[in-house]
Amino acid sequence: MTKFLELCVQGIATGAQYALVALGFVIIYRATGVINFAQAGFVVLGAYLAYDFHITLGVPFYPALALAMLAGALIGVIVEATVLRRLVGQPPFVVIMITIGVLTIIEQIVPTIWGANPLPLGDPWGVKSKKVGDIVLRVSDLWTIGIVFGVVVLFFLFFRYTKFGVAMRATAVDLEAALAQGISVRGVVAVSWAIAGMVAALAGVTLAGGGAGVRPDIELVAFAAFPAIILGGLDSPGGAVVGGLIIGLAQSLTAGYQPEYASWLGQGFNLVMPYFVMIIVLMVRPYGLFGQRQVRRA
Amino acid sequence: MGGAGGREPILAVNNLEVAYGAGIVVLRGASLRVETGTIVALLGANGAGKTTLLRGVSGLLPTHRGEVVGGTVMLAGERIERMAAPNIVRRGLAQVMEGRRIFAELTVDENLRAGAYTRRDRGEVHRTYELVMSMFPVLERRRQQQAGYLSGGEQQMLAIGRALMASPRLLLLDEPSLGLAPLIVQQIRDIIVQINSTGTSVLLVEQNATMALSIAHHGYVMQNGRIMKEGPAEELLADEEIREFYLGVGEAGRRSFRDLKVRRRHRWSA
Ligand SMILES: Nc1ncnc2c1ncn2[C@@H]1O[C@H](COP(=O)(O)OP(=O)(O)OP(=O)(O)O)[C@@H](O)[C@H]1O
Ligand SMILES: [Mg+2]
Repeated sequence: MTKFLELCVQGIATGAQYALVALGFVIIYRATGVINFAQAGFVVLGAYLAYDFHITLGVPFYPALALAMLAGALIGVIVEATVLRRLVGQPPFVVIMITIGVLTIIEQIVPTIWGANPLPLGDPWGVKSKKVGDIVLRVSDLWTIGIVFGVVVLFFLFFRYTKFGVAMRATAVDLEAALAQGISVRGVVAVSWAIAGMVAALAGVTLAGGGAGVRPDIELVAFAAFPAIILGGLDSPGGAVVGGLIIGLAQSLTAGYQPEYASWLGQGFNLVMPYFVMIIVLMVRPYGLFGQRQVRRA
Repeated sequence: MGGAGGREPILAVNNLEVAYGAGIVVLRGASLRVETGTIVALLGANGAGKTTLLRGVSGLLPTHRGEVVGGTVMLAGERIERMAAPNIVRRGLAQVMEGRRIFAELTVDENLRAGAYTRRDRGEVHRTYELVMSMFPVLERRRQQQAGYLSGGEQQMLAIGRALMASPRLLLLDEPSLGLAPLIVQQIRDIIVQINSTGTSVLLVEQNATMALSIAHHGYVMQNGRIMKEGPAEELLADEEIREFYLGVGEAGRRSFRDLKVRRRHRWSA
């Protein structure tokens, strides 16, 4: 039981990180129909920017995290304004290739500026752990869950109760009808990219925290969020969160129990597990758990 | 009541030419006027270019890769033919689009809030909201319901209510009676009259010529991207050609138009 609970908390923390990355994808996809592969690059950049603000410039950790999120928002807006805006009306395939191009550029820039070796993030969580009864929990997991939960709640409140949030959802449903209400679709797109950059930076920092360090291969973890997105449904923010949690839990429980009870599946099966869950769900629900529309404008 | 020569019309479309894509010319010099405070009906067969004219007025052509290639559109004396849609809304124009186009996944209340997007004064928005609710009691009962679950008639009411939330000086309505039962069409008709009686000018596009001409002050008939005929509504109602063409169309004929339209819309939105 102890082990199970520990695995669950770890799984939820990992799932929360996947959820953040997935949210970034979903928000951009809903506003623009673009599948933005550069999102994984934003995650990495966010972690390095937090490192620079905190370690290089000496800003205290949490303000540095906030600054990194702001910088992430700015990067999102700039990429949209300089690259993606020119591609409106191009076939989806072209747009996807371009976002992969942006990702590649980020992949080249990062080691050039910061080197390829892991850097200490200097987060206050470190490798500390906390005992609750018999259960040993990593402090970084608890903070990750807390912060991500807070941010996700804030975004959902924003989408439900603010004028601009409602406008963003309206635009996702029907772009032309939104224009007809006087909603600035260009503004909606810019804010979508800003939010995506913001959550990406936050995801990057939580991935680099807890002793993991700031490393270029954070990107790979970000890509592991893909099954979560497909699972939840590409156009559903709620689905991104639920999908992230399911994948995170499945992964951590597999890592904890599979070597013992199903060792014949081989080593590292937990890394395959997300895709396994995704394929099974897609066989039952082709558009994901919460996905609705099959085809959307490009 | 309209037509008072001295006053500036709320809308003046002069020789408007519109093309889609590489050069499919759809409007070939269409002109019409909506005198301030009046209801004007715009009639025409399927494909005549009525919706295109409305898009040219409301700034929605770019989303269809359409472009104004000639002529002008004046809203209360100001040129708007190349203005972005949000700026036109801010100048007092609202549009009820063909096919209702409510935000299906949003609640009724959220749809109405989206309609008030350009307005700042919360108190005034709230007053408009109360007004809309009193005009459409059906909406009042379904405020928190997802708009996609409303019936066709209720969705049309919501589309009109949403447009009114902008508190427009000029309201464009694109076939509001399409696909609705006669009783609901009656209601919509009465609502348009009521909206107009509070001073809002109306440009009404309709296939249902009887309904439109029965409440309009003035009417235009469009064909192939041009205005073929215009006149006071009573004159048009009495016009032989119009009687034959519009008032003679049987129910079966109208239904087949509708099917055609649904198919076409799917093609464009894919
Ligand atoms: N986005 C578009 N791209 C290309 N052609 C278009 C587009 N929209 C409309 N057209 C064409 O322009 C012409 C006029 O269309 P429009 O929708 O304005 O007619 P309408 O009078 O509103 O017809 P209806 O009564 O069927 O609504 C039609 O021939 C149509 O095929
Ligand atoms: Mg039309």
